[in-house]
Amino acid sequence: MGLESTNYRNVNENPCSMCMPMGAILPFKGIEQAMVVLHGSQGCSTYMRRHIAEHFNEPVDVGSSSLNEKGTVYGGEKNLKQALDNIIKVYHPKMIGVLTTCLAETIGEDVRRITADYAAERGIADLPIVSVPTPGYGGNHPEGYFLALRNIVEALAEKTEPHGKVNLIIPNISPADIRELKRILQLMEIESILLPDISDTLDRPYEKPYTKIAKGGTKIADIKAMGGAVATIQMGMTVADESSPGKYLADAYGVPLYHLPIPIGIESTDLFIQTLSEITGKPCPECLTAERGRLLDTMIDSHKYNFQGRSVIFGEPELVYAVAKTCCENGIFPVVIATGSKNDKIKQLLKPLLERSPEKVEVLDEADFNQIRACSRKSGANIAIGHSDGRYLTEQEGIPLVRLGFPIHDRVGGQRLLSVGYTGTAMFLDRLTNTLLENKYQTYRNVMKKKYFRGSHKRIAGER
Amino acid sequence: MEAARMITEREDSIAKKGRQKAQIKCDTDSVAGCVSQRACVYCGARVVLNPITDAIHLVHGPIGCASYTWDIRGSLSSDAELYRNSFSTDLKEQDVIFGGEKKLAKAIDELVVKYPAKLMFVYSTCIVGVIGDDLEAVCKAAAKRHGIEVIPVQSSGFIGNKSAGYRAACDALLRLIEPEEPKQIKQNNSINYLGDFNLAGEAWIIRNYLHEMGVDVNAVFTGDSSYAELKTAPTASLNIIQCAGSMAYLAERMERLYDIPYLRVSFLGLEDTVSSLRQIALALGDADMIARTEALIARETALVEPILATYREKFQGKKAAVYVGGGFKAISLIKQFREIGIEVVMIGTQTGRREEYDTINELVDEGTVILDDANPAELERFMLEQGANILVGGVKERPLAYKLGVCFIDHNHDRKHPLSGFVGAVNFAKEVYSTVCSPVWNFVR
Repeated sequence: MGLESTNYRNVNENPCSMCMPMGAILPFKGIEQAMVVLHGSQGCSTYMRRHIAEHFNEPVDVGSSSLNEKGTVYGGEKNLKQALDNIIKVYHPKMIGVLTTCLAETIGEDVRRITADYAAERGIADLPIVSVPTPGYGGNHPEGYFLALRNIVEALAEKTEPHGKVNLIIPNISPADIRELKRILQLMEIESILLPDISDTLDRPYEKPYTKIAKGGTKIADIKAMGGAVATIQMGMTVADESSPGKYLADAYGVPLYHLPIPIGIESTDLFIQTLSEITGKPCPECLTAERGRLLDTMIDSHKYNFQGRSVIFGEPELVYAVAKTCCENGIFPVVIATGSKNDKIKQLLKPLLERSPEKVEVLDEADFNQIRACSRKSGANIAIGHSDGRYLTEQEGIPLVRLGFPIHDRVGGQRLLSVGYTGTAMFLDRLTNTLLENKYQTYRNVMKKKYFRGSHKRIAGER
Repeated sequence: MEAARMITEREDSIAKKGRQKAQIKCDTDSVAGCVSQRACVYCGARVVLNPITDAIHLVHGPIGCASYTWDIRGSLSSDAELYRNSFSTDLKEQDVIFGGEKKLAKAIDELVVKYPAKLMFVYSTCIVGVIGDDLEAVCKAAAKRHGIEVIPVQSSGFIGNKSAGYRAACDALLRLIEPEEPKQIKQNNSINYLGDFNLAGEAWIIRNYLHEMGVDVNAVFTGDSSYAELKTAPTASLNIIQCAGSMAYLAERMERLYDIPYLRVSFLGLEDTVSSLRQIALALGDADMIARTEALIARETALVEPILATYREKFQGKKAAVYVGGGFKAISLIKQFREIGIEVVMIGTQTGRREEYDTINELVDEGTVILDDANPAELERFMLEQGANILVGGVKERPLAYKLGVCFIDHNHDRKHPLSGFVGAVNFAKEVYSTVCSPVWNFVR
């Protein structure tokens, strides 16, 4: 049964989240030939580039208007326009995202007006410039991510003749996950528009010559056509209406909206496939049914090992919800569920799920790692699932961490982690189960000896 | 890459070494939209102060600033672990509207109770500079309330670049080490070691050399340092300074305030390590010490030289590009590459200073491209044009090098192996070997 707590406090001890503009950069990286500029001081873009580059092992170029003291006092319009000039000159982008920062918002920059003026002055009406208000104090990176998507859709989607494609609003999942979703859609012969699509742009193949902006990403023409889609599937159960791109498409163009969890776990994947079938009338192909069977087989094979697991799950609300569901399906019952974001929806969503759980659960939003650590220790968690910053749970509490989500900066391959669909779920479950097993094999000899050995067995004469 | 894509405002920051002395523009604000690799003032300040192990490091600002700097550096501690936490006042919209001073005061109160410490740094971020919280007053009141030192660090991101952050950190350090009664300082015969952050134990390695020479190390700024240790800094008789970019200002101020002369050193590479150790012994001037130093140098050089020679053979004809944070590192790297037979064909820094670029210009061969505050497009262009086989840089530069099929050396603050001293010279060569001679390149060239 979930135990809820309010988390307003004066000091955050070891953050479990990043800031809004960080989240807003990612969707732009999944749009064809798009570039992003942060309107603020130089450091913001550098820190975010560093974090994103380390996770994906890809070059991540993000411009900055490099505001200095003068720009802060007298306004940064000149800086922003110069930044746009230089970005256009070097990168030849087909679209530019302009994200604000703490600094730009607080000095009251009217970025929408500045970019509109800029476009008029330079005569570049065919180059969309999409601005997103993302002050660092306005929310965390998951909120920035969806707000950017909402602004992109609002700026670009047009009234379009109905077509048979399905819109898919993709949360912050790995390039490998997105490739898997595309494979499933292909198997079902469903035409779709995925927004955003970082599957190629942030996991590019090695090839020559190098291009400054990676190939791939959602085509701008496709975003424009989203208003004519047959439906929108938004993997954004925890997203607020005002930052929901799917809600906008429903309100403005009447595109029916289906809110689905990220298809990790058997139930969520079933729901995804069923919804696709329902929308398009296309059946689930036999090969997917076989994959489902294999997942069931995996779940049964591992169920006793998994039942030993008591999980602490942390990270972005959307991922945390999907993972909590998967853990419940497999008996790795959560004892701590935490997100750094302020999010009311996740508690509501988790309620029915956790009511059926035999374990007492601590659900934390606006959490920091000190709270997560304290709760994990108290509840006897033995497996952690989340991004790299949770490595402290291993270092300090001996709780092994299965890395999932963003950022993963102390291991390679964050971009290649596959966890969605039947096959991805099976791979994810194997990672969980094997972590539990590895931990068990490492410790059980000592644990048993400590627990049961009292030196009371018969000694043979002559032995010490 | 096409010259047509070059940014006009950047032209003066790039030069090619030729007969004419190259004078490049440096130490200025980054050009908007040029995709600078530089970080901010706060970053500079945090890098310098964070290795102080028993201090509370509190960031007054929104969550991101604390999040991006949480224990990402490889500074090691022999004792306290408090510095590995990242505390933030996590400012929200309401705090920005109504001011963050009360929240900051409460945050300090909470932390002091929870984590007993004698020292706290409170870092200012962009937002604090704009909303005008009086950091100074809040810190002063808190210090009085709790009887500990609470030192504000004026590191709002927009007041300059990373160098301004170094300066803000040095100002904070000067406040920390200021004795209550300056006249009572008695110089002992020890040295302070400035500009080593004990990445992968580098300060320990250098301390060991100095110990063997008979040099007493008083305080290290700031690798594996503590409140009590730093407090004794004014009593030293000599400052040796490695990372000049971050610490030159502190050394200059300490010379004026406490009459402590300073000596520039570098422990990167065999040549610089040897000459630095000699200079230190000479400066302290004791004949026994000089003899011990020579013995140490002879012993270590005899061990290291043959290893470097073996590597040198393997690296024939290789060319290097260097893009690092500060000038001191860049200068040492030119010499270090030379030791292993590699020529530097492109070199730049984020925050190098005029005199450092002059030295760089003297050291490099003709035709070498020198650039200040470079961006990915320029790095790409000049690595390819100059035919570099290997790049030295930080996390952001690494994937670019790999995508271009260029080898890479991680010379950043989160490295997990020491690159200082004799052992570092060997590690450096080993690292070059591990990337230049990896079989993976056979499949992509």
